[in-house]
Amino acid sequence: MGKSDIKTTVDARGLSCPLPIVKTAQAAKGLASGDLMEVIATDPGSVKDFEAWSRATGNELVEQVAGDGEFRFFLRIK
Amino acid sequence: MKTGMDETISLVLFSGTDDKLMAAATLAAGGAAMGKPVHILLQYWALDAFRKDSTGADHGLAPEAGEKGRAAFETAARAGQASWSDTLRAAKELGEIDIQACSQSMKVLKFEQSDLDPLVDGVQGIAAFFINAGSGQIVFI
Repeated sequence: MGKSDIKTTVDARGLSCPLPIVKTAQAAKGLASGDLMEVIATDPGSVKDFEAWSRATGNELVEQVAGDGEFRFFLRIK
Repeated sequence: MKTGMDETISLVLFSGTDDKLMAAATLAAGGAAMGKPVHILLQYWALDAFRKDSTGADHGLAPEAGEKGRAAFETAARAGQASWSDTLRAAKELGEIDIQACSQSMKVLKFEQSDLDPLVDGVQGIAAFFINAGSGQIVFI
């Protein structure tokens, strides 16, 4: 997975639940199967939320990174 | 893997204060983002909050909020927390959210559908509500 593969980045910093997953679901609608999406969030609840969203929608959570109060999620569109 | 995401969630909104409407909008938007069909039935004071040109007004908070609660709610709003009506509008673009006015409450409050915000899709009786809810969960707020 290279950074150049990322088709779109959702900046959900400063947003609280449920907006990070709402914005992500919105962005996912415009992507094709196999596309890689990055989400940046600051809401600590988003860690469990993105695991759940991935499980519910079938979009694979390829990687997640936390640091400096930010959470980055890399999702592969189903 | 079975996730249970195929099940409909039905929300009955009764209270018309901004905190309870925000809690309901959060559940609805989260459900829509997860791919769940969401049905919302508006009764009484919640229905009143969905009047045309009034969704953005100050509808107060539940009594248990108190002064501290009000301050916290106002701080969140100033920090950019989306309002319940904006959250619902975003959620409707995203997924299957059907918002219906309870026909009995419409009668009591003497509303016509033209009095209501475009977020409201129609007017419904209780039998139709239960048929649409199916075997999914029903939450009363």
